[in-house]
Amino acid sequence: MCLAIPGKVIETYSNSGMRMARVQFGGVVREACLEYVPETKVGEYVLVHVGFAISTIDEQEARRTYEALAELGQLDELDIPEVNELKPGGSA
Amino acid sequence: MKYMDEYRDGGIAAKLVAEIKRVQTKPWVIMEVCGGQTHSIVKNGIDYLLPEGVELVHGPGCPVCVTPLEMIDRAHAIARQPNVIFCSFGDMLRVPGSDGDLFSIKSRGGDVRVVYSPLDCLKIARANPDKEVVFFAIGFETTAPANAMLAWRAQQEGQTNVSLLVSHVLVPPAIEAILSSPQNRVQGFLGPGHVCAVVGYTEYEPLSERFHVPIVISGFEPVDILEGVLMLVKQLEEGRAEVENQYSRILSREGNVPAQQLVEKIFEVGDRKWRGVGTIPHSGLRLRAEFAALDAERRFNVASIETMEPEICIAGEILQGIKKPHDCPAFGTLCDPQHPLGATMVSAEGACAAYYAYGRHLKPALVTIGGPA
Repeated sequence: MCLAIPGKVIETYSNSGMRMARVQFGGVVREACLEYVPETKVGEYVLVHVGFAISTIDEQEARRTYEALAELGQLDELDIPEVNELKPGGSA
Repeated sequence: MKYMDEYRDGGIAAKLVAEIKRVQTKPWVIMEVCGGQTHSIVKNGIDYLLPEGVELVHGPGCPVCVTPLEMIDRAHAIARQPNVIFCSFGDMLRVPGSDGDLFSIKSRGGDVRVVYSPLDCLKIARANPDKEVVFFAIGFETTAPANAMLAWRAQQEGQTNVSLLVSHVLVPPAIEAILSSPQNRVQGFLGPGHVCAVVGYTEYEPLSERFHVPIVISGFEPVDILEGVLMLVKQLEEGRAEVENQYSRILSREGNVPAQQLVEKIFEVGDRKWRGVGTIPHSGLRLRAEFAALDAERRFNVASIETMEPEICIAGEILQGIKKPHDCPAFGTLCDPQHPLGATMVSAEGACAAYYAYGRHLKPALVTIGGPA
């Protein structure tokens, strides 16, 4: 579980003062925190581990690493349901 | 697509294997540290491709595997409490403690949730202000920045119903423990690529120098691993002991400095028990005193729970490269991924579980050179 998954940054925004992004992994789009790679721009590729981008990489590397992780069956975490901001009392 | 194909091209793998054979004159024992590398090696039969004199042994780099049994039991004791929402990475849910696993606690009505990111716990805590939200903060250096951010944000936002059960481990002290053991067989290390993407590899340089052991930071794809092995064999044959970076397309010597800074702010280094191995000095992270209010062990008073491991299990020796899964009388008989007796069987990244998943408990794998695809 120390492996990070590459994805493409498709949107950046701020949430509670934190730099965040929507990142596309294959057909799945998830939120990732960009606080550790704050210079990252839309269109660039990042390695994401448990919702945090830890480094920027080029497109070819991203594609290859993604394929290798798929072969190892290491993409399951992308299927975990997203937790949305809910009002108090709701179940996430 | 050409570039991608090159890295899984059997032709390149065969050339690397041929070069390793050409360079190697003496027997060498190499340990891959990262559980992702172990999984890739076993799946692709890379250990069978190598010449007889180059042996791969499997290291302790599976965080789920090395989380000590009493920490699992402490997690379960917290998760069973009625007012708790217990959050964890998915890998931990099926790890059995003394009495069942997190899945069974959930099936009996416990509120156990798998989260994708530690930050999900903040959202859950905001939505459930009358509940205690506890996060099982496990992992190596790759995961520490994410878990540190949860602690930092919880404190900054005054989200007092969040706490962390911390069981963080560090790679270099484990390498040091392996090299210091009188039984050590390991002569070179494939270092963990994604761990070093966060921390860089400056910490590995004094280790390499002190023990005169080569360390090559490497990726986890078959060609990465073969190239890393070739770099190690060259160093060993030439009598060199340096830290080299096979994975420079991903990481730099310095690593990710902002991530390191937040980890340093939240956590301090302390002794940590490793499942199967025992306590390794200065081998883990714990919350600093300023963040003690976020410590779930204190909040739920579970620190006194201690648990014994089954005596038959040899996971400790496997994690240190002294033995292989086949050396264990319980492997594939009393112990399998559904009923794991110890560390290396509890996660797909553990050596025993990887051997089992790819049928090595049944028969030796048939491998043709040039075909690790």
